[in-house]
Formats: sequence, structure tokens, C-alpha cells
Amino acid sequence: MYEELILTVLMTSVPLVYAAIGELVVERSGVLNLGVEGMMLMGAVAAFGIAMVSGSLFLGVLAGALAGMLTASLFGILVLGFATNQVATGLALTIFGTGLSGLVGAPLIGKAIEGLPQISLPVLSDLPVVGKLVFSHDLVAYGSVVVVVAVAYFLKRTRAGLVLRAIGDNHDSAHALGYPVLGVRFAAVLFGGMMAGIGGAYLPLMLTPHWAEGMTAGRGWIALALVVFASWMPWRVLVGALIFGGITIMQLAGQAEGWTIPSQFLSMLPYLATIIVLVLISGNREFALANSPACLGRAFHAGK
Amino acid sequence: MKKFIKMMALTAAAIGMSAGAAVAEPLKVGFLYLTTPGDHGWTYAHELARQEVQAHFGDKVETTFVENVPEGPDAERVVRELARQGNQVIFGTSFGYMDPMLKVSKDFPDVKFEHITGYKRSGNMATGNIRFYEGRYVQGIVAGMMTKTNKIGYIAPFPIPEAYQGLNAFAIGMREANPNAEIMVIWANTWADPVKEADAAKVLVAQGADVMAQHTDTPAMLQTAEKAGIHGFGQASDMKEFAPNAQLFSSVNNWAPYYIEKIEQVLDGSWSTGDGPNHWAGNTWKGMADGYLELTTFENMPANVKAAAEAAAAKVKGGHNIFTGPIKDNKGNVVIKAGDALDDGRLWSDVFFYAEGIQGEMPG
Repeated sequence: MYEELILTVLMTSVPLVYAAIGELVVERSGVLNLGVEGMMLMGAVAAFGIAMVSGSLFLGVLAGALAGMLTASLFGILVLGFATNQVATGLALTIFGTGLSGLVGAPLIGKAIEGLPQISLPVLSDLPVVGKLVFSHDLVAYGSVVVVVAVAYFLKRTRAGLVLRAIGDNHDSAHALGYPVLGVRFAAVLFGGMMAGIGGAYLPLMLTPHWAEGMTAGRGWIALALVVFASWMPWRVLVGALIFGGITIMQLAGQAEGWTIPSQFLSMLPYLATIIVLVLISGNREFALANSPACLGRAFHAGK
Repeated sequence: MKKFIKMMALTAAAIGMSAGAAVAEPLKVGFLYLTTPGDHGWTYAHELARQEVQAHFGDKVETTFVENVPEGPDAERVVRELARQGNQVIFGTSFGYMDPMLKVSKDFPDVKFEHITGYKRSGNMATGNIRFYEGRYVQGIVAGMMTKTNKIGYIAPFPIPEAYQGLNAFAIGMREANPNAEIMVIWANTWADPVKEADAAKVLVAQGADVMAQHTDTPAMLQTAEKAGIHGFGQASDMKEFAPNAQLFSSVNNWAPYYIEKIEQVLDGSWSTGDGPNHWAGNTWKGMADGYLELTTFENMPANVKAAAEAAAAKVKGGHNIFTGPIKDNKGNVVIKAGDALDDGRLWSDVFFYAEGIQGEMPG
């Protein structure tokens, strides 16, 4: 029983990991994109539609990634090209993505597909406990860990990662040094969109194989909170997503076990935990701001 | 955008009406929908009924609808607009339209307002509802007979009277069929969040459930059941397509007879807001006997279970009151005494208990 519960926790966390790690890179470059929810929905609807038409889940994931990027590019053009307010534009992107995905997805309602196959490795997948927990997921789930490792390496160990962080911390200095501030930020925004799109794609392809309007149900906002929760450190995104997923599943399992705690309180727990951790982190200013990009949310004007 | 086009059409229709007032005009009937009919659930059922109304009355009636009307102040604006544009009957198909409709009903005394699932009425506002819980009693009997682990999962929406009616009717049916079966309840605190519903279903499967029921709207639970190789019941519409091997049956809402009856009353002048025996009862509240609630084909079950389901359905149609005492709660206290039965009014006030067979404590 516990194996299955833990497996459910892992799967529930996957879309959060993707969306949050993408947003982390965006924020590290100094851009705040509040449109994660909208990009996830666009990714979800595109992934489901393409997977249904083509019969290929791989194409579905690809379509989700592209749809997320396309939606993000709109944000990038407005925020970077026209220097619009990032908060307002991000919120608009969420509203836009929610509406457009509903419109595009209308003919997909009531249709079902087969989910992604779980990988079955000879020997390894049959190991007791570990076999089920570690060696029997789908490729996209494994991909989430790979992406976190890659982003951590990129930000910490590569020159390009250093440039991205420099732009996020002081875009004027970076510009003076000759780095293409807007170009790097646009690339980061596209990456963020791609990740949100894949995260969104995971919902209708794997977690519950059908499309429903607004099916992300606030997970994009959780991803945004996770970035702060992780204090802009890639590894902590993974931890945060697992904690969030764990509490989500725990409260459901607790109810089924007959815990005598009001279900409304249990439903609130994951969000409460996020707030508590945010408060704890913010309490320690040095810790909170150590990795916080100094130029986060500020528009860049090259001409100054 | 769709709403806008609809409103334009309504405006055009209103202008048309004032221009040709001399000719016998069709009765104009407006509908408010919470979502688009594409939800394949709640609103879809209302849209099917509207189409039936149109087909039934032909050119005697002209129906229009407005989709995606949010509950709350926005609804008031839409209701007012529909009334102003000459609709003589307005059906509001969501609980949250209750207060806005009541408010507008006072400003348009000649328009007939019909509110679905609410309990507030006025001189020109009536209420209508379906006895959804009747189908859940039959589900309970089937679940009790189908389970091998004696563990049944149940995903509930919000702790409101309708949810308790359903859950307890399910438990009563289940215990009639199988005194050892237990229900694990998860309150999802949502009507539709497919990922959360799927998570809840996975958790129930992990905890040993081999039959699952739901009062939430999406097919997520049934898809999980299908994948896990167990059984479940669909919600509001036939969900066979999502779970061909898992769905035992679905209870389907059929609003057409209600709409047709009420519109006929308006046409022949006999329409009234009724006067039910109890304020909470809803003055039109019908179920399986009148075809307001229909069960899809019983499938994926052995012949004896199917026969029991058919017998239970026939019993309900014959007027059996499911909430007939003695009924105990899950701590052994008698909540409905022998010889007592809940009437329509008490079904809204006296259902806040966990019947025998439901595990755990009620949400606060």
C-alpha cells in the first residue's frame, strides 16, 4: 500500500517540478512570469489534442512543449520588446491561456486516450520496493530529474549560466559588459514556457488521461510559490515539489483512513505548508535573498 | 465571444418582437448555463433538455441560452437582460443563481423564473430539483455485492445536504446488500479538479478499494478504476467511453420532462410556484419514477447483481423511501427511528450524519 501511495506522490510532483524549474530559470534571468498557469494549460490542451490525433504520446509531449514556448514567446515580446509591466502581462497571460485553451479544447472534451506507458526494465523493475519506486516510471517523470540536474549544472558550472545570473542580478552592468540582456532573457522565457508546457502536458497524458477546461486547477501558482520556497535553488525545487505532493496525497489518504480532522483543513494543508515555509525562509533575510535575482521584475531599457 | 454573439442575437430577436407585435408570438424561454454544454456533465444535460423542449413545442416556443454565466453579481445582469429582452420564462440552471434571480424576479412580476436546485421562492419564482440520491442507493447495492475486499471508495464534493443525501443513500443500499462492507470517504472539496480526483482515486485503490463511487464531475476516477482493473460508477452522464470495463452504470440527469411540464403550464395558464409541504423541499422534486433520473445499462457485473440492481431500481420507482427507519449512524446511534421516515423537508435538514458502514468522522 505504501509503495503505491509513494508512487502517487512522485507522479503528482512531476508537473510541479517541470513548471517550477522553468520559472526558476526565467526568474534567475530577472524576469517574473506569472503566466505559468496559462502556459501549462496551453501545453496540456496541445499535448492532449496532438496525442489523440496522432496516437503518439511522444508527439503529444512535444506539442505541449511547443505550445508552452509559443505562449511564452507572446509574453517575451510584450515584456522584453515593449517593456510592459511584467506582473500585469503575466497575469494577462494566465487569463489568456485559460480562455484560449478552453476554446481550442472544446472539441476534445469527452475524449479519452491511453496514458504513457511505464518503463519496465528487466530485473530492476522487479526488485522489491525499489523496483516499483525507482525503476517503473514513464520517461517524462525521469526527465524531470534530468532537467533539474541539468539546470543546476548550467547555472552553477557553465559560463552561459553565469551570464544569465549576472543579467538577473544587474542588467545594466551586464549590458555594459556587452551581454545581450534581452536575448538571454527571451531565451530564458522560452525555456520557462517549454517546461511549463511539458508540465501541463503531463496532466492529461499521464495523471488523468482526458482534457478538462482549467484542469491545472492552480498548479501553476503552486509552481510559482515553489520557486520562492526553493529560494531560487534548483535542488530545492525538487524537494519542495515532493513535500507539496506528499502533503496533497497524505491528506487524501488520511481521509480515506478515517482521520478525525476536518477535510477542509486537510485540503488546506499543502497551501498552509507552503506559506509556513515561505515565512520561515523570509525570516532569515540573508538566506532568503542569497539567490534572489536583484533585477527580478524590473524592465530593462538599453538606451539609458 | 460566444456570449457576446448570443447577446447580439437576443437583442436582434427583441427588436424583431417589438416590430411585429401583432402576430401571435412564440413563448420566449431563456436558459442560463454555468459552463458550456461541452462539459459532458451538468450543463450538457440541461442543453439536451433545452433541445428537447424546442423539438417538443416547435414554433410555439423560442428558446435561447447564455453560456458561461458566473454565479454571483454577473448572473444578475444576465438574468435582467434576458427578462428585458422579452423572455417570459427564465431557467437558471445553477444553485448560485438563486439570489440574483430572486432579486430580478421582484422587478419583473410578469416573467416566470425557474431556479434549479435552489430553495428560495417568490410569487413568480419556482424551484425544481432531481432526486439524485435515488441512483446512489442502487449504486450502493451493486457496490456491496461487487466488492471482494469489502472496501468501497467514495469521492464526495462539498459537505452540503445533497452530498449527504447521496452518501447516506449509498451506504444504506450497500449495507442492505452486504453488512460487512465499509466505505472510505474522501471529501475532495471541489466539483471538478480532474487531477485531484485522480489522486484521490489512486489513494483509494492503494488502500484496498475495489469499487469506487463519485459525486464529483469528471471521469478521472473511472479512468483510474479502469487502469487499476476495478469497478466504479459514472457521474451525471454516461462515462462508458472513458472506462468501458470499469463502469457499472451511471445515473443520468434528465431535465426535459420538468422543462416541458412547466412550459406547458405557462402556455395554458396553470403555472404557479407551487406550495410544497416544506420550505426546503423544493416544489418540484422528482426522481427515477418520473424519468427525471435515469440509470444507464447495468454492465460489467454478474447476472445476480444485475437482477438485484434492477429490483432495487424498481423498488425506488415504486415509491420506496430510502430513508426509512430504523437507520443507525456509524457509532450505533439510531438517527431515524423505526416507523419514521424522512419527508422531503427533513431530507434537507436531518441528513447530516454518517450512516452505518461509512468509516471515520464527518467533516467539521
